[in-house]
Amino acid sequence: MPTLLVVGATSDIAEATARRFAAAGYALQLAGRDDAALAAIAADLELRHRVVVTVHRCDVVEAEDRAALLGGLPVLPDVVVCTVGLLGDQRENETDPAVAERVMRANYEGPALLLGSLAEAFAVRGTGVIVGISSVAGERGRASNYVYGSAKAGMTAFLSGLRNRFGKTGIHVVTVLPGFVDTRMTEGMALPPALTAQPDEVAQAIWRAVERRKNVVYVRPLWRWIMAIIRAIPEGLFKKLSI
Amino acid sequence: MLDPAGTVARGNGRAYGDAAIGLSTTIDMRRLDRLIAFDDATGLLVAEAGLTLAEIIDIFLPRGWFPAVTPGTKYVTLGGAIAADVHGKNHHGEGSFRRHVAWFDLLGPDGVERRCSPEEYAELFHWTMGGMGLTGTILRAAVRLRPVESAWIRQRTIPTFALAETMDAFEASADATYSVAWIDTLASGRSLGRSILMLGEHARVEELPAKTAGTPFARRRGLTLDVPLTPPFSLVGGPVVRAFNALYHARNCRRAGEALVPIDGYFYPLDAILRWNRIYGPRGFVQFQCVLPLASAPAGLTAMLSRIAASGTGSFLAVLKRMGTEEGPFSFPMEGYTLALDFPVGRRTEALTAELRAMTRDHGGRLYLAKDAQMTEAEMSALDPRGLGFARWRGEHGLAGPLRSHQSERLGL
Repeated sequence: MPTLLVVGATSDIAEATARRFAAAGYALQLAGRDDAALAAIAADLELRHRVVVTVHRCDVVEAEDRAALLGGLPVLPDVVVCTVGLLGDQRENETDPAVAERVMRANYEGPALLLGSLAEAFAVRGTGVIVGISSVAGERGRASNYVYGSAKAGMTAFLSGLRNRFGKTGIHVVTVLPGFVDTRMTEGMALPPALTAQPDEVAQAIWRAVERRKNVVYVRPLWRWIMAIIRAIPEGLFKKLSI
Repeated sequence: MLDPAGTVARGNGRAYGDAAIGLSTTIDMRRLDRLIAFDDATGLLVAEAGLTLAEIIDIFLPRGWFPAVTPGTKYVTLGGAIAADVHGKNHHGEGSFRRHVAWFDLLGPDGVERRCSPEEYAELFHWTMGGMGLTGTILRAAVRLRPVESAWIRQRTIPTFALAETMDAFEASADATYSVAWIDTLASGRSLGRSILMLGEHARVEELPAKTAGTPFARRRGLTLDVPLTPPFSLVGGPVVRAFNALYHARNCRRAGEALVPIDGYFYPLDAILRWNRIYGPRGFVQFQCVLPLASAPAGLTAMLSRIAASGTGSFLAVLKRMGTEEGPFSFPMEGYTLALDFPVGRRTEALTAELRAMTRDHGGRLYLAKDAQMTEAEMSALDPRGLGFARWRGEHGLAGPLRSHQSERLGL
């Protein structure tokens, strides 16, 4: 029975992903910060799919927690999905360096260092799939969310580098760019329905990407074209736009 | 947290009227769908209120468990099933949903979560089941599932040719686990009330043919159809219904007797057609469901069926069912007969359903709030004086202001 490690397991995307893999018979390792939420999600997964679930308290921005997680896993997972992300409030990110630091560390430093360590372990074994949830916000810095976006840009580059490093091996790296998703992170925002995915759709996209060894996945295909256009706008023009 | 101007929780949106539309705010409960615990020995399931019966069946039928009571669609949530106190084809034997609820956690407008059961907050417990979401928001519940041996129903089909015969057949099958009749609402004269009575029992493993007995829980799911768009007018007119009804009755007369049928087909024939409501066109349809007490049911049903047949506005989905004893302070069922009908929306049907409501009142019956979209406050207080008691109780407990749906406003609840 294969095993999936979900990091940031209490997020809506993570829970949907855990259900999708459990339905296919995966054992689950759930890592997150909120013990009570982890226990509730684990109980649901065990009852729903009768799979083995272990929970691991871990704040990925803390080096000690990362080390404890890696040391405490009952087995090295076959697949890891990292859904850790923190949007923050852009204005607060601009004015309070401590808040911005938290956003940068939660979206880049913590996840990248954890996935890097797992990649080392996968390299020793020779197999493994690493799935990182990055963001279309990392494709080009914009005034509305560049603190979050720059950290996600780092994450995207890190995943791209890992994929290149393991390109000729049995280790596979997937970058997921969900676009807008109807989750707690975006609660209260007015999002265009056509560009907004449900957590189940993201979970299914991740499942397919792992099954079919895809590299970079846009959950709603329209985002690929939108971001291609946004990336193509000349900087002189781009800096005057508000998008 | 709650909007003081009027909030109500919404499950999977399967009530036919405005019961789950908050006056100013509606709480979407579907994301709260986690399983919390299950006891293999007793069948007691604890889950969050947004879990649907469809999910419960998908998860637990392969393990030998099925909802103790299920309405005609499995796409309802636990919370919705409790709030509407739904009933099923086994009401005469097993009662409504409430009889199988051990407890639930209710979030009041005061922000306090209360575990309600027959022992704790008993009054709140009983008003909530059938209380249409107007006593608080159900967060999680413990309900009993029933053990079954297969995903098959042993169905006995009994065609009848007149109302008295249909009712006699119901009375004679009180020991059947499930019973329901499709009734031809356009038949008149001597054929008034002709029906197809369908009795059902959960098939035991030894009753299955050899090739299915090995995998008794494998579900045979027929084709799922969809109505991808709304036609500009209703496809369900009088002549269509008349032709359909004649064919359906004749076809089932030939099928009289016993047959093994898949569990989904027996309980949820309409769930196989996604968005079936669209066949009624852009104006949609209204549901009418009443229950008449046993003593006045023959006269009441005769009057109603004669009126419907005369109108020529037949109902495709006409269901007659014998109900068992009344339970709870504000639940729909009472001992007698319940008749459920669909009509395309239009001026003619508005007059027709108003007459049917008056007939229900004259025969001492009441209407099902989960189906109702049309009753007025005056009709409600004449038909079901229990509503006045419910409204008073809500007022006394600080629930009447913050918990309001469009239905509760319309009916003065």
